[in-house]
Amino acid sequence: MDNKRIDQIIDKHRGEASSLIQILLDIQSENHWLPKEALGRVSEKLEVPLSRTMHIASFYKAFSLVPKGRHAVHICMGTACHVRGAKRILETVEELTGLKPGETDVEMKYSLETVNCLGCCALGPVIEINGKAHGKVSVSDTSGVLEHYK
Amino acid sequence: MNEILLEIDGKEVRAREGTTLLEAAQNAGISIPKLCQHEKLIPFGGCRLCLVEVESGSPTKLVVSCVYPVEESLVVRTRSEKIDRIRKTLLELLLAHAPNSLQLQDLAKEYGANKDRFEKEASFCIHCGLCVRYCAEVKKLNAVGFVDRGINKEISFIPEIASKECKDCMECFPLCPTSYLQAAFVFIEALAFPEASSGIPSKKQKLINNQ
Repeated sequence: MDNKRIDQIIDKHRGEASSLIQILLDIQSENHWLPKEALGRVSEKLEVPLSRTMHIASFYKAFSLVPKGRHAVHICMGTACHVRGAKRILETVEELTGLKPGETDVEMKYSLETVNCLGCCALGPVIEINGKAHGKVSVSDTSGVLEHYK
Repeated sequence: MNEILLEIDGKEVRAREGTTLLEAAQNAGISIPKLCQHEKLIPFGGCRLCLVEVESGSPTKLVVSCVYPVEESLVVRTRSEKIDRIRKTLLELLLAHAPNSLQLQDLAKEYGANKDRFEKEASFCIHCGLCVRYCAEVKKLNAVGFVDRGINKEISFIPEIASKECKDCMECFPLCPTSYLQAAFVFIEALAFPEASSGIPSKKQKLINNQ
């Protein structure tokens, strides 16, 4: 992500320091992660100390300080999904992608993450990819679900 | 400025409106233990050691004196069985993080805190925020800040700023109650800007020395 695009996002929020989190969220959703250069640029333009920007960027789980893949795969490990076999779903996804939770593959295709409840327990076990929930998945379904996302 | 009259440990104390209980007590020569308060900094209320008992009807109220403003005819107690018990537990929790801090050990002796009560979780930082706030509020350099949250929260130097500013300042070092700050600085110095290092010989220096 280049500085020009970052400046555009900052201008969209009228360069106000109070919009720091919104600006970071916009960069995060476009770029999938917050590179150091982007944080530096935002700090400079908004006149917010870099230590403060770092504090905020490392505080919220919505932000990532490491590169993320094109598709964010979230596997629900909440109680309802757990009793319906979320653990086996996770193991299958781990095997298919070769990733452990928190990791991203070299082709930057998937980033695997576990979550503790997505709030749609009736659909369990749930895999959420790029914000879209895939409910009642079975072990045999998982590869089909993943193949939707290239 | 209005003067306020209150009672601390049975002593009549006069204080200016807007000062905190802790400041009022300090001015009256009554000592209250604290780790995160500093006269030049905005009150933080981080360590909770300065808690006192305020009598406003019964039961009494426990308040943190470094962030509690003085009130007219307030009756305050800075030591009681209840306060001592809470301070002892707080110290034991802090000692699980920084068992070798001299400041903590002194307080532990006074309150009878057992440093081995809780399993050690040696992070060495007790999150008093003195370094972070001093750098931001007094020096306005922001070379050190907090990162992450909850049990993973820690202090971190920003290498770009620290490499330029810290060498001539280091005013935050003596503020740290556990000396973790120095360790964190030496660590980031060794990783990010060893050339500017003060204590550890750089690669270049080593080469010169070896010749």
